[in-house]
Amino acid sequence: MTEILDSTAAIGRPLRRKEDAKLLHGRTNWTDNIQLPGTLHMALVRSPMAHARITKVDLSGALAQPNVVAAYDAASLGDLNAGVPCVWPVTDDTVMPPFPALTGDKVRHVGDVVALVLATDAASAEDAIAHVDVEYEPLDAVINMVDAVSPGSELVHGDAANNTCYVYDLGGGYEDALAKHPDAVVVKRRFVNQRLVPAFMEPRAIVAAPMGMSEEITIWSATQVPHILRVLLTLVTGIPEQNLRVIAPDVGGGFGGKLQCYREEILCTQLAKKLGRPVKWTETRSEDMVATHHGRDQIQDIELACTPDGKMIGLKVDLLANMGGYLQIITPGIPLLGMFMYPAIYKMDAYQFQCTGVFTNTTPTDAYRGAGRPEATYAIERIVDEMAAELGMEPMAFRTKNWIQHHEFPFTTVAGLTYDTGNYEAATAKAMEMFGYEELRAEQKARRESGDPVQLGIGISTFTEMCGLAPSRTLGALKYAAGGWEHCTIRLLPTGKVELVTGTSPHGQGHETAWSQIAGDILGIPVDDIDVIHSDTGRAPYGMDTYGSRSLAVGGQAIKRAADRLIENARPIAAHQLECAADDLEFANGSFTVKGDPEKTVTLGALAWAAFSAHDLPEGVEPMINGEATVDPEDFSYPHGTHLAAMEVDTETGKVRVRKYVCVDDVGNQINPMIVEGQVHGGVAQGIGQALYEGVEYDEDGNMLTASLADYLIPSAADLPSFETGTTVTPSTTHSLGTKGVGEAGAIASTPAIINGIVDALRPMGVNDVLMPASPQNVWRAIQAAKGGAA
Amino acid sequence: MQHISVTVDGTVCESEVEPRTLLVHWLREGLGKVGTVVGCDTSNCGACTILVDGQSVKSCSMLAVQADGCKVTTIQGLSTGDDWHPVQTAFKECHGLQCGYCTPGMVMSTVDLLSENPNPTEEEIREGIHGNLCRCTGYHNIVKSVQYAAELMGGTK
Repeated sequence: MTEILDSTAAIGRPLRRKEDAKLLHGRTNWTDNIQLPGTLHMALVRSPMAHARITKVDLSGALAQPNVVAAYDAASLGDLNAGVPCVWPVTDDTVMPPFPALTGDKVRHVGDVVALVLATDAASAEDAIAHVDVEYEPLDAVINMVDAVSPGSELVHGDAANNTCYVYDLGGGYEDALAKHPDAVVVKRRFVNQRLVPAFMEPRAIVAAPMGMSEEITIWSATQVPHILRVLLTLVTGIPEQNLRVIAPDVGGGFGGKLQCYREEILCTQLAKKLGRPVKWTETRSEDMVATHHGRDQIQDIELACTPDGKMIGLKVDLLANMGGYLQIITPGIPLLGMFMYPAIYKMDAYQFQCTGVFTNTTPTDAYRGAGRPEATYAIERIVDEMAAELGMEPMAFRTKNWIQHHEFPFTTVAGLTYDTGNYEAATAKAMEMFGYEELRAEQKARRESGDPVQLGIGISTFTEMCGLAPSRTLGALKYAAGGWEHCTIRLLPTGKVELVTGTSPHGQGHETAWSQIAGDILGIPVDDIDVIHSDTGRAPYGMDTYGSRSLAVGGQAIKRAADRLIENARPIAAHQLECAADDLEFANGSFTVKGDPEKTVTLGALAWAAFSAHDLPEGVEPMINGEATVDPEDFSYPHGTHLAAMEVDTETGKVRVRKYVCVDDVGNQINPMIVEGQVHGGVAQGIGQALYEGVEYDEDGNMLTASLADYLIPSAADLPSFETGTTVTPSTTHSLGTKGVGEAGAIASTPAIINGIVDALRPMGVNDVLMPASPQNVWRAIQAAKGGAA
Repeated sequence: MQHISVTVDGTVCESEVEPRTLLVHWLREGLGKVGTVVGCDTSNCGACTILVDGQSVKSCSMLAVQADGCKVTTIQGLSTGDDWHPVQTAFKECHGLQCGYCTPGMVMSTVDLLSENPNPTEEEIREGIHGNLCRCTGYHNIVKSVQYAAELMGGTK
């Protein structure tokens, strides 16, 4: 089973991961493992109510408890009670309500934080919060988005005019385009993209500690974004940036949920500085469910118009997007990441988009794997199936008729993006062959004819997405505060080994292995001789971290450019040693060789020592060999693919089964196909989770009914099938390695494939939609509703 | 406080513990066995799975005092030094882990599963590890890892 791998040709090989030895032997450094002398443990008093005025906070009972050192509410924390930042006001008039780390006036969702206790051990802190006396005056909870925007609704933020955070109107000439086609066929639907919990396996944890020997405060946090967190912590606390060091140690998953500057991170930092002691906080899973931001939660009104012969005319999208009780780091912007993707792979004349952001008394929403693009992909792929049914066309034939053909790239979509490359025909043909599409259609027909109680449906999702958010000027035009660049420094050490410093911040992806493969190939150095340094603003000072499938798409380009520069920086030293002109040298497999004279050669390793000793360097050459690069890509990255699901639906019970799942993804060139495949598996599983199992439920008072892993169903091994994965390779032309992002593709593609499959199975019964998650209950209700019975 | 004596990864550990202390917290905070991790508070995720007298146990669902006199094996005692247990090898070879947080529990559950059923079918594997949640891999490569571990350990399928 084990392949013998030639590590000098690493790119494109399924190298086993460097990361795995420590992870498999329990020799990891999760944040919660860190135990510093004198640590104070923080426990938080969270609101049990979704919406209430705080009329009293009495800390004295908690302060009297054993081992308690301090306790604070908003008033007593005073100036240190900094606000949680939002860096993406999407319009000039986006309502940006205050979001203090400790709330003082009202609580705005279950889990909102009113007070904190610090004790010398975690159990004492946890015990003591029960002795903080908080009195609440309950207010009507605003839970449902439709109610929230209705006139007369209770207000989540009392000084605002209503519960609208913003209205983003892209405009677009949908109505005009429609007017030119009096015979147009129009299909309208309302889809509900339900609220999800990221549910990374490692709960969030933070240790903040004054380091004594300087003004430095080190913050270890289970975060995806140590660099962004450092900048934001300095902006909100006023602690000088040079005095903050943020380290993300081993981090156990994120999926967007750890892309944040959380109130707990602010509190630990402020209290460590104030008290001069380490402050630690580790969330329980039950806290995580109400306190870590949620994802999705949109009501999508979508309208597609076609000519009677099945050519798309235009698309109109109107969203209600749930912000929750406050705005977190990029809460308002998430639906806009989807805005560009509704037209997806299709050609049409007009596209109109509007989104209304809505405050409710629920946990704030923000990025969750895919962030806006899964919502968009779900809506477009669902309505494409509905339109095909309306037109009486085979759904794949309808797609084929409207998608961008491979010879039409680069192609500028009606949403304004220019896709560099793609080959939807190739990915689809391969997927259909692997799937046995025609055979399954024949089986479907036979089951329909025989009246089999278990019907078969074929779900299609032909998706693309935009990831690797860049260039920076585009992000600026969208009012996103940060840039989209990435940095890499590669240092050749005296003994010929290499340190590769990246600004990406892995939390399970395998960057240490993949980045070594890229640099190893370019430099001709074995991957095991390369150490990848990351996720520590002290050791890897420049970076924009890991989210939005950006790490390879953006960070990979920085690695390539840094490695190329290192070679050029070594060239004059090599020329000096070999007594030739620099231009007479060629570099391959880790050595410079004089052209036409293979005997005259010197390795990078030998040059490393020559630079270190510096005894005999050419005039003007500094004694150091490294390469440094900061790359701001030309454009987003546009992976695509075709996902097909064979769904068996028991029409008597509503139970569904994924019988077969085939996907062919095109992520361009692959650095490590094993890692690519793993990313697809995990993404597909999360997308199936949304389709079949997951969903946050609130009662009318705003209590989260799914606030533990006993109630919120993230799929287990027994709930999922094996996947049949394949790839096509259409290299990106805007990215120097020809790669595209892969981290979110599976999660973006799989949800509509599953639901389309269920609806396809039930369409002869009159079913044209199923609410997610498609639990037996929801499927059964859809069947009953179609029959005209009580649902 | 109550006195307990537990053999953990081959070493006899004596300790005074509060009766309410969970076994996982005693392992992590009392003994520094931080290879075993906590992922939830409802015994759903299985990240804290260890072996107690050879049987897999979610160490969040047992009190430290209940382990008195028992033999506990954690991920850190599964192999020594630079050695690899076949299950560890299989997970690496088959890319059965990404972030690695569920991995200690997943590996220990697999050890227990294969000791009871050396030749599990895919369905038996999926049922056998359904008490261990993973958010990264979609389980596809975990299933393959368990199959490969069975092969390495002398199973015949």
